Amino acid sequence: MLRLQKLEKQYRTGDRALKGVDLDVPDGQIMALIGPSGAGKSTLIRCINRLVEPTGGKVYLNDVELSGLGAGALRRARRRMGMIFQEYALVERLTVMENVLSGRLGYVGFWRSYFRKYPQSDIDEAFRLLGRVGLDHMVDKRADELSGGQRQRVGICRALAQDPEVLLVDEPTASLDPKTSRQIMRLICELCKERNLSAIINIHDVMLAQMFAERIVGLKLGEIVYDGPPDGLTADVLTEIYGAEDWEATIRKVEDEDAEGEETLEEALHEDHRPAVLDRDLLTGN
Amino acid sequence: MADISLSAGRRWKKPPFIKSPLLRWTLGFGIAFYLALAFGTTEVDWGRVSEGIPRGARFLSGFFPPDFVSRWDEIVQGLSESLWMTVTSTVVGIAISIPVGLGAARNLAPKPVYYFCRGILAVSRSFQEVIIAIFCVKLFGFGPFAGFVTLSFATIGFYGKLLAEDIEDMDPVQAEAVRATGAGWFQWLNYAVQPQVLPRMIGLGLYRLDINFRESAVVGIVGAGGIGATLNTAFDRYEFDSAAAILLVIIAIVMAVEYTSGYVRKWVQ
Repeated sequence: MLRLQKLEKQYRTGDRALKGVDLDVPDGQIMALIGPSGAGKSTLIRCINRLVEPTGGKVYLNDVELSGLGAGALRRARRRMGMIFQEYALVERLTVMENVLSGRLGYVGFWRSYFRKYPQSDIDEAFRLLGRVGLDHMVDKRADELSGGQRQRVGICRALAQDPEVLLVDEPTASLDPKTSRQIMRLICELCKERNLSAIINIHDVMLAQMFAERIVGLKLGEIVYDGPPDGLTADVLTEIYGAEDWEATIRKVEDEDAEGEETLEEALHEDHRPAVLDRDLLTGN
Repeated sequence: MADISLSAGRRWKKPPFIKSPLLRWTLGFGIAFYLALAFGTTEVDWGRVSEGIPRGARFLSGFFPPDFVSRWDEIVQGLSESLWMTVTSTVVGIAISIPVGLGAARNLAPKPVYYFCRGILAVSRSFQEVIIAIFCVKLFGFGPFAGFVTLSFATIGFYGKLLAEDIEDMDPVQAEAVRATGAGWFQWLNYAVQPQVLPRMIGLGLYRLDINFRESAVVGIVGAGGIGATLNTAFDRYEFDSAAAILLVIIAIVMAVEYTSGYVRKWVQ
């Protein structure tokens, strides 16, 4: 259970990125955070693991209050929060395996990590994760040799290697093509369900958010303006979040594209899972 | 339609580099004026130049043919001293410059550490090797040890500064991602910083090895041992043919080091 209370962030430039955000994310819930650029989405998830220091309010992970932790305790808390990044943020000159094992850095001592002598259980888990995302034949490739979708899957493995309780996901699909975007979103959601992880997913693509998330939170200028189920996102709500635009046309176009058959790697691996069917008629107002 | 015809004759010029016309013209005229004065007051004694040219030619002809044989033992001795000086000073200099360079990277070190380490680098860089060598020879006496200290000191300034700048230029997102895993500071250095800067730093280390070898010839002339001392002795004895041999050996070694370092740099990328 992740709980944000009156979370505030004011940058030194004077910009108030977050204006007292209150948010509870129960265990196992996949929550999408949508909103225009500059709404504070990235700041919000970075304030949770304190890559950005919040200037006010509190963050609780289970019963631990994160914003008051000292350096050592913060590192131990960060282990339980996996993060997935927009541009994958893999260390490009390290191999796939090293990148995945770097998720274990918080658990092993310096010399063990320096000589890459990780406990066998960590290595087993890394192989299992890489196998799960279909990359176990590429363990010794350097990260910069992979394609975008492959890199993001390594990024997912790194986050899961931490054995997290929460996933913080920052624009996971922003640099991917539409089809790979869906594969990645589906993979993240499947893995969260398998492990009963809660996730906060920042995402620009409203349609993807509706497809995969159970709950949608709309952020605008540092404040929550919508918090509800995906099918509650009417054209009015989108206007409230993003400003006036012809939302019907956008949603319709997306729908057509969606109608094309999707045969993806993840589906080939796990045919049992299908994204929840959404009632798009509601969205378009028909 | 109206819009198009309105904008048809609109002219465009590249904006000037310096916006203010007053400053632009003042700077231009100022530089021209100074150059005119500087060249106008340069005194050249053409008589001495014409005397000097044949003397230089005679001096140069003394270099041929180069004599490798008669002073070969001294050359080998000087070379091995120089190589010792080069390798040890490069290793020690780089070893010291790593902590200094880490401290001098703005994105790693807190402000007081940053200024302290930048200070060390500035002091090391502000003196040319020869000046430090003169000081070290006074301190430790003649011989390669003075050269070793000189080159180590100079290496700190060079390598530390470039390391700090490379760290400042690294991709912050990769660093952030490793920090987010709960890694400790040294783990973070090893996993996020080192892979990003290592290839360039290996290349620069080899480049510095190359520089240190050349400098070892120079500092030898002021008494800090090595091939430079041998070269100096050869000039003092008017043995220009042996001096020519030493110069050729230096050129050969510098070229060999440069070729290898270029190859290795390509390989580590």
